[in-house]
This record gives sequence, structure tokens and C-alpha cells, in this order.
Amino acid sequence: MNTSKLSRREFLSYAGIAGSGLLLGCSSLTSSKSPLPKFIEPVDNDPQRLNIFVAIKPDNTVEIVSHRVEMGQGSKTGIPQIIADELEADWNQVNVIQGLGDKRYGNQNTDGSTSIRKFYDKLREIGASARTMLEQAAADYWKVPVEQVYAKNNRVINKNTDKSVTFGDLAELASKQALPDVKTLRYKSPKDFNYIGKPVPVVDLHDMVTGNTTFGIDVDLPNMLVASIERCPVIHGQVKSFDASAALKVPGVVDVIQMPATPETVLFFPLAGVAVLATNTWAAMQGRKALSIEWDLGENQSYDSDEAFKAMHKTLEKSPEVVGKKGDISKGFNAAKKVIEAEYKVPYLAHAPMEPPMATAWFHDDICEIWACVQNPQAVMEHAEKMTKLPKETFKVQPTLLGGGFGRKSKTDFTNEAIFLADKTKKPVKVVWSREDDIQLGYFHAGAVQTMKAGLDDKGKITTWHQKTAYPSIGSTFNHQANSPAGFELGLGFADLAYDFDNVLMEKGQAKAPVRIGWMRSVCNIQQSFALNSFLDEAAHEANITTENMILNSLGENRNVNHEQVYGFKFNNYGEKLKRHPYSTERYKNVLTALTAKTPINEKLPKGQGWGIAVHRSFVSYVSVATKVEVKDGHLTIKEVHCAIDCGLGVNPDRIKSQMEGAMLFGLSLALMGKIDIKSGKVVQSNFHDYPVVRMNQAPEIVVHLVNETENAPGGVGEPGVPPVAPSIANAIFAATGKRYRELPLNQYLSV
Amino acid sequence: MIKLNVNNEMHEVDAPDDMPILWVLRDLLNRKGTKFGCGIGQCGACTVHVNGQPVRSCITPVGIAKNAKIATIEGVDPKGEHPIQIAWKDNNVPQCGYCQSGQIMSALTLLENNTNPSDEDINNHMSGNICRCGTYPRIKKAIKDAAVAMANNAGDK
Repeated sequence: MNTSKLSRREFLSYAGIAGSGLLLGCSSLTSSKSPLPKFIEPVDNDPQRLNIFVAIKPDNTVEIVSHRVEMGQGSKTGIPQIIADELEADWNQVNVIQGLGDKRYGNQNTDGSTSIRKFYDKLREIGASARTMLEQAAADYWKVPVEQVYAKNNRVINKNTDKSVTFGDLAELASKQALPDVKTLRYKSPKDFNYIGKPVPVVDLHDMVTGNTTFGIDVDLPNMLVASIERCPVIHGQVKSFDASAALKVPGVVDVIQMPATPETVLFFPLAGVAVLATNTWAAMQGRKALSIEWDLGENQSYDSDEAFKAMHKTLEKSPEVVGKKGDISKGFNAAKKVIEAEYKVPYLAHAPMEPPMATAWFHDDICEIWACVQNPQAVMEHAEKMTKLPKETFKVQPTLLGGGFGRKSKTDFTNEAIFLADKTKKPVKVVWSREDDIQLGYFHAGAVQTMKAGLDDKGKITTWHQKTAYPSIGSTFNHQANSPAGFELGLGFADLAYDFDNVLMEKGQAKAPVRIGWMRSVCNIQQSFALNSFLDEAAHEANITTENMILNSLGENRNVNHEQVYGFKFNNYGEKLKRHPYSTERYKNVLTALTAKTPINEKLPKGQGWGIAVHRSFVSYVSVATKVEVKDGHLTIKEVHCAIDCGLGVNPDRIKSQMEGAMLFGLSLALMGKIDIKSGKVVQSNFHDYPVVRMNQAPEIVVHLVNETENAPGGVGEPGVPPVAPSIANAIFAATGKRYRELPLNQYLSV
Repeated sequence: MIKLNVNNEMHEVDAPDDMPILWVLRDLLNRKGTKFGCGIGQCGACTVHVNGQPVRSCITPVGIAKNAKIATIEGVDPKGEHPIQIAWKDNNVPQCGYCQSGQIMSALTLLENNTNPSDEDINNHMSGNICRCGTYPRIKKAIKDAAVAMANNAGDK
């Protein structure tokens, strides 16, 4: 293959555009140099920029922006994989740049398992568009029709002559091309994919094993102060008075500042408290210990989570509200041969990412720069505007790597704290959350009660189904008057029922939020899948059939369920159109049978051992889990966890596997040990000694199967693994011991 | 002033004796590879070696390290070519990556004393290091791979 090397000068004279400064394909921002070397401004005036995601450098390297953040799920690699594939870039030439908060990227809220499923088509379009510009530039240069050239491996090749030219040489000219009409773009055939569907290692791997990463806590600026904040332990409590004199005597402490009062609707405003600012983290923490604060704890100091669970039980008995219905459950229960009932409880939970929330803010030159481990950089801007009344464009948000997120870091209260203190001090301020702050003062997964009742006919088939649920709503964080589960929460594994029963009634009850309520990996699917899958197992035992058969029989005919038509429930389908992501009972069945075909769930086991299964659709993906346990002398051992996921087209199979491994262990942590208690309005647990998460000695062998990897549009990956885990364990314990545990965590019954 | 040997480089820091090594490394010496996770020695994210022993640097006062050698993740091999780093990369171990400095520093001390660790040996040694992302199965595999590579390297010499 011949290669012609074009100098920059040749290109400029050829194109007749030297010095014109004309930019097409992206709007330009004034670029400013970051004081931190790892934070490159990706939206700048590069002459070689093809669109807001892609720039080609003269040295033939390709800069691709990942507009979503990286917290372990792998999308900082998956997003560029998709673009690079359509672009025909050489992965070895690709540099991935973390995108700043910028609405032109579209939604950057990295949660809801959306990074691939919501952007797959768009990212291919962006890659194809940039590739087309490069091809057109080469065609112009060779004066041949564009059909006679094609891009491959960071070059464009002339079909007639076999000559080629590098992307780097073409970049300048390509950037002057008009943006191609989207309708005219050609896309690669899946059989020609170079990177989509391949287990590309994550782009930060080398830095992660050499200690060269930059997380939120690692941000450092000249003259920066570190803040540690003592926040009111009870929500809506306020600072009555405080004495800072001892804190100010701690060497390194330079300032003590009262935080603003918490508004009635908490949103992402800071919590009331007192901040100690020092020249280093240790001094700030020591100074904080020396503070003397008198609190007005307010009315929430009477809150007790044990009492609240009783209240939720009562509200479901006395005053439930209909969410969806089909047929007539009274008639159904009257005609039933057997009626079974059960009540399930899942406690409050905390996210506990390994890196607690961390944020640095700095006002200078009429802007405020923010470096932080945030899941949603645009929310940082929006909520900073709400707090400061400054236009949101004032805030330039540079997401760091996140040391885990799990939903906690979608809430931007901690960046608002840093912004507030940076404004007060006129210096760069890094707010450092301790582990205790993280466990006690986050946005909690809400504790929930769910009651289930089923009528079975003489053949053991479920004909009638009555389910009720109550928990404080995430809506309460955005409107303090919200006091019952919202539609989007009920559509997370409760009212989006897969099963085909003749008579169904679904109801909800009220519950008041005693703490800030947030979303945690898989959200309400956690409790709603636990109740659903546990109860199906109970029904199977009652009917004396296998749980697999009970599930398959109950799913009924292969069909796409429309919950609005069947139950009158407006299911939002995780923000996806049913046409693109139907609710398919066939895929539901397939993901279960694919797993059970490969897992010995019906093997003969010694006494005290058992298998349990569960299957669930969430984030438009389907996951089944089979768990083998042993219960011996009051001790529970999780021996093996097998799972299968049908997430439609997979971009990076190794990251799908790793997310499933992680989801199994996240599910295991909450099933075995996860519990936040609230007494006198305060969170009782404080660190890993009393809010334990799974350690290596508790981690079983995990087997992951990927099912139907190419047939459907991409679904979610980060969250869907979690919901089936807890019920699979409870079901396995029943199989092993005959004991049914309906309340999490399981360490209240067995040592783990 | 306290004199400290970090990764075989001498430093002088102005720190009180009771400041944990973690914050001396991170805030005074700008060695950010060692991470903060819990502050009470429960999670292992801050693991470093002091005279070859694994310690939780978040609860270890710098005063005790005055005449000692401190080793951190930055000192393992900046090129990432130590067998343990290669094994970590080959197995695509990290998810978020935050705990991995501590995991690697803990695993190194296991492999120094045990050239062929069993699952139980690994569990016993590594259960002080939490990974919330759930990379344990891959850490276990990487430790075994590293053990083999280190044994082979030793055999070559």
C-alpha cells in the first residue's frame, strides 16, 4: 500500500484556508488552560476538531471525548469504542478525554444504566460523521468521488490507486468540511466491527495499577484549603450556636464557617453545619473534632426507623391507593383452592462507594471551576445556580474519576458545599467527606414494606395476585410534600409485572421521608424484586412444583406486555420506547432457561445446602441468578453464584462480565448485611465495622453467562444484575433449611 | 521537621508526630496514589509498607516511621511492569480503581512470604481490603498469576 505524506503547509495551501479560522462541525469555546495537567479542555479551538466528540491531531492521534463519567462501569472505554469503530480509528492512536459538563453532549447524568443504551446510535452517528468528513477530505485531495475512498485503521485509502493518507494529515482539511447530513451517513455492518463487541481493556488501567489516577480526593491546587464539615445529624435540624475557638487553635486550621440552613425541600443544597478549613486534611479533621456546636435538632429527632416500618405496614392495611388492576381479585380469591400471603421488608441502605464524596471549587476570572467525583456534571451547574443565583454557565465542571458512585454522586450537595466555601474564602476549597459523613448523611435507599397475596387453582397455577408496597419516595428530595411511591419508582419491578395472572390488584401506601432519600444501584428494584421473586418461590413450594416451572408457567404466552393497556399503569420503561425496548416475556424466559441449562440447580445436595433462583427485568435488560448456599450450625455460606444477562447488544463483553460480578457482590452485601437504622432522627451506623460490605472471604465463585449478545438494542448493564441476587439467596436458604426469611439483611438470622 | 524515606527517596516534612502517614503522603508530599477509604483501618484502601510490613496508613502516626522505610504504590514500578501489575492488567481487575493501590500493596506482602498461595491463604490475607465494586474474583486470579510469574522470574535468576 502506498502512502502519501502531506505536510501541513501543503494542506493549508491546497485548501486555501490558511489562517481563515473558519470552523465547521463544532461551535467553539474560549479555551482556558487548566491548572491540573490531567484536565484538558476538550471543547476548544483545535483546527482539527471534527465535532464535539472527535478531534484528530497532526501526529495522527485521535482524541475522543467520553461525555459520561467513569465510576467503574467502563463507559469511559465503551463510549470511545463505539465512536472509534465507526470512525475507523486505530485504537492504539486513540486518547480518551473526559468531557466537561456541557449541555451540548446531551444528558450526562451517569446513572440509570444509560450511557450505552441511550447513546449507542448517537455515538455511531458521531463516529460515522467524522469518518465521512475525513473521507470527503481525501476525495477532494485526490479529486475523486468520495465513493472511491474508504477509511480504515486511521487512514483513508484510494480504492483506485491503493494510495493512502493518514487521518492526521487529513484532519485540517476534514475539519473544514460541512457537517454531513445525518441521513446520508453510511454505517458499518456489525460483522465489520473492530471494537464494538470486543473486550477492550479500560483506558485507565495502567494508571490504576501505578497509583497515577486522579479521583475527586486527589485534586490539589495552589493555596487550596481543605474543608471538613460537621453537619447536623438530624435532617432539617439547624445550628443554634457554635464555639470555634478550640478548632482555630489546631495548627493548620485557618477558618471556621457556618454552612447555610437546609431548606425544606432538600434538593442538592448543603446540609446545615459548620465547616473547618485548614491547609491539610488531617488538620481540618482535627479542627472539626474540636468544634463545640449546639444544635436545634427540629421535629425529625423523634424519628425511629423500626416504628416507621410498623407505620408502613399499617398504611398498607388501612389506606392503600390503587396503582394498577386487572380482573377482580375478590372473585379470584374466592374461587382459589389455596391462598397464600407474605410480607417482605428491606431496610434503609447506604451506597458506601470506596471514595466518599469529594469536591473542589475555585472562583477566579469571573468563573468557578469545579473538580469533583460527580455522576452528573450538568446537575452540578444547575444546582450551583439554584444556590448561588449565578448563571449556570459560570460553573465549569471537570469530572474526575469516581471511586465508585452507585447513585450517591448524582446528588451534587457536596459540590454545592465546596462552591459555598470557595465563595466565602475566595480561595480554592476541597470538601472532604469522611466515611462517617458518607454512611450517616447521604441520600439513602428507602426502607420498604411489601405485602403479597396469591390465589392458586387446583392445578397449582396462580390465578389471582394482590401486591401492596410502601416506602418514602425519592420525590421527597425534590418536593418535601411527596409522601408515597411515585410512578417511576413503581415501574422498577412492581407495577411493571411480567406475569400473566387473571386477577391483579397493585396498591401503594404512604410513608414520610426521615432522611434524604436517593437512588442506589437498581433503586426500588431491590425491594420489589426481593418480594416478587421470594413470593414466586413460596408459591412454587405451595404448588409443589419447581420455582423455574412456576416462573415459566406464570409468565404465560410469549408476548410483549403493555402495562398501560393491561393494568392501567403508565410504565415509563426506563425512558425507552416500547417499540425499541419491548417488555418481552420471551426474553424473560430465555434468560432463565439459558442459565438453568448451564447450572446444576436440580443436583442432589448434602443436607444444609440448596439452590435458589430469581429472574428480573430492569433497565430494559433481563437477568437471572442462581445461588447455591450452605447453612451449617447457624452459619450461612454463599458457595456459588451463577447469572445470565440479556442486555441486547453488548459493546464490551468483559466490562459486562465485570459489572455482573460486581452486581452479584453488591447484591450479596445488601442481602447479607446491609442495614441503616435511624434512631432519634440520627443514622446509627457510621463506618464499615457496623455497615459492613462483602469482603473477599465472603465472596463466592461467580459464573457469568452473556445471552443473545447481538440481537436487540443495547440495554442497561450497571444495575440490572443487582435485583435478583437477594431473593435467589433467600430462596436457596429455604431450599437448604425449610426456613423462609422475608426481611433483609440475613445476618439477623444467621452468621455470615 | 520529620525525615522520611518514601520509596527510597528522603523527604523532610513539617508534620506533627500524630499525623497519620496517609495524610503526610497525600497532602504534604503530594503522593496521591495511596487512598483514603474509612479512616479507621477497616478497608485497606490506604495500605502502604513500613519496613516491608503492610500497615493501614490512615491510622498509623508518621512519628513511628521516622527511621523506617515507607513503600507506596508509586514505588512498585512506575512503568507498571512488576509481575503483580502485569497480572492485574492481564485480568482486567479494576472497576473504579480506587481501592486497587491498597489491594496491590496488600497482595505484595502476601506474595513475599508465600510463593504459592491457596484460596484460603489469599482470603485470609486480603479480607482486610474492601472492594465495593466487587473485583475480588479477579484479584484472587491475579494474585495466583502473579505468584506463578514471580516464581518463574525467581527460577530464571
